[in-house]
Amino acid sequence: MKSKALAYPYIIWMIIFTVIPILLIVHYSFTVTTGNVTSFTLDNLARFFDPLYVNILRRSIVLAAQATGICLLLGYPVSYILAQKEFRDRNILLFLFVVPMWMNFLIRTYAWLTILGTNGVLNSVLTFFGLPPMQLLFNDGAVLLGLVYTFLPFMILPIYVSIQKIDQSLIEGAQDLGANGFNVFRRIILPLSLPGVVSGLTMVFMPAVATFVVSNLLGGGQFILIGNLIEQQFLLVGNWNFGSALALILMVLIVLCNVLLSFLNKETKEEAI
Amino acid sequence: MKKFAVIAMLMVAVFVTGCAGQSDSESSIHVFNWGNYINPDVVQMFEEEYGITVIYSTFESNESMYTTIAMGGNVYDVLFPSDYMIYRMIQEELLRPINFDNVPNISHVSERFMGLEFDPQNRYSAPYKWGTLGILYNTTMVNSVIDSWEALWNPDYANLIFMYNSERDSMAVALKLLGYSLNSTNEDEINRARDLLIEQRPLVRAYVTDVVKDLMIAGEAALAVVYSGDAVFTMMHNPDLNYVIPREGSNLWVDAMVVPHNANNPEGAEAFINFMLRPEIAAMNTNFIGYTTANATALEMGLIDPALMEMPGFDITDEEYRRLEVFIDLGEFRDVYTRAFTTVLGS
Repeated sequence: MKSKALAYPYIIWMIIFTVIPILLIVHYSFTVTTGNVTSFTLDNLARFFDPLYVNILRRSIVLAAQATGICLLLGYPVSYILAQKEFRDRNILLFLFVVPMWMNFLIRTYAWLTILGTNGVLNSVLTFFGLPPMQLLFNDGAVLLGLVYTFLPFMILPIYVSIQKIDQSLIEGAQDLGANGFNVFRRIILPLSLPGVVSGLTMVFMPAVATFVVSNLLGGGQFILIGNLIEQQFLLVGNWNFGSALALILMVLIVLCNVLLSFLNKETKEEAI
Repeated sequence: MKKFAVIAMLMVAVFVTGCAGQSDSESSIHVFNWGNYINPDVVQMFEEEYGITVIYSTFESNESMYTTIAMGGNVYDVLFPSDYMIYRMIQEELLRPINFDNVPNISHVSERFMGLEFDPQNRYSAPYKWGTLGILYNTTMVNSVIDSWEALWNPDYANLIFMYNSERDSMAVALKLLGYSLNSTNEDEINRARDLLIEQRPLVRAYVTDVVKDLMIAGEAALAVVYSGDAVFTMMHNPDLNYVIPREGSNLWVDAMVVPHNANNPEGAEAFINFMLRPEIAAMNTNFIGYTTANATALEMGLIDPALMEMPGFDITDEEYRRLEVFIDLGEFRDVYTRAFTTVLGS
């Protein structure tokens, strides 16, 4: 009984800040208010299936998937190296990954503007060596870079934790039985680190698909993503109903992705055993 | 469900205001203004003179300010919206008429900004700052005379153009170039303006808002669509920049002080508005933020920094004034503009 009482503040917190907002979003998605009358409608959701908006969602998913893929490619080796027993500067490296997160996300993104600009830091270096300056800012690549930069730690940390947790005796056992380094990795480390990979994938993909700050600043407003569309409906247009419908569609999509990933996770776990 | 939503919102509202701590409404006013849009000394001077505490907060767009007021979570006494938003808020009965007996300094406001379409009888608003929409250009990067919106479609400046990421402003550029009103409610005209903007897209480096100032100071582009106040700020920092109101005409905007319908302390609000309309105070604000004051007396008395007075676009001639149009809120027709501009950016 005691432990239950301790959970109440958390439950109340969850109800006020998670359950009620979600219910409100669902409510707004399925209603329309004309004058003082609020009535049920499917128009908000139907309106999304305009090629214009579907295309924006498709672009957001592709971009977020690319960012997640790059984060995985960059993040996995780093996590693997970090988790090695003999790696002595681990704490320094971990510290370096976490330090940027102490700074405001907006300022970090803003800094890229001065780095990538036509007369920015990077181009100054290029022109110093007699190379022509490049258009680095305000394109897909800049948005992708911003996303990878922002979310890379969210990929590294869970994978690092899951690799670190692997029982050393399993690895030693495999080595005793004659497995070479590659096989140890493929048969032991990779399967056992998959839960970390899965949570890394979701922790990067979910915020990346909904971002609007990075696309606004580094994409120069030309790469309108689903997050920008939702922001626009709430802050500029003031159509909370359509904005909520978009948010709901995005939520359903993320839930589906999660279900798929956890299913994948279970499969591989069973396989490994 | 509706009731439930209201109760839920109330709970959150109570929670939030509870945290903020209510102070005595008689001796304080809540002011809601644009970011970086006042001289902080002025607020202190008002507090000392009137013994009224100013609780000051800022917003970044008319629309986010509107949402805050319309949803009724927080109560303010003085707001600083722009013309079209004032019109909308009057229509939706979100504003309270100002008792101008308490605001005699309204007499200092230039005739140009009184009785405009958004508040024809000037019952609700007291003009604060004004400006225009125009082209900011870098004189070292252009090879022709910039005096028309057409420059923004000139292939010579491909990738050297910044547009303003706001549907009304960007559509206004295209509508004016086509010779239409920037308040057009004719769908054919909107579609033609939209197509013109889609045609322009390959030439545009980016659609930006506030960052345009830093980018133009850094010489990132040759041309940018900006507000005159931002233009003055950038020209102060980079002497290569110049500003022009294109010959096809443009937008005149006015930000004015208003009192919301549910203000706790309307008398305090009126005292604050009257204080802000004193020529010396208006000049202090303008000299600090660089946006032009609507206070004619402040200009006539020579209280404005001469360096500002010389800036292109800081003041306008009568001829330029006649080419300008104020934005009007379009009601339901707003959706057509939103869709058109989303198509431009999403294409």
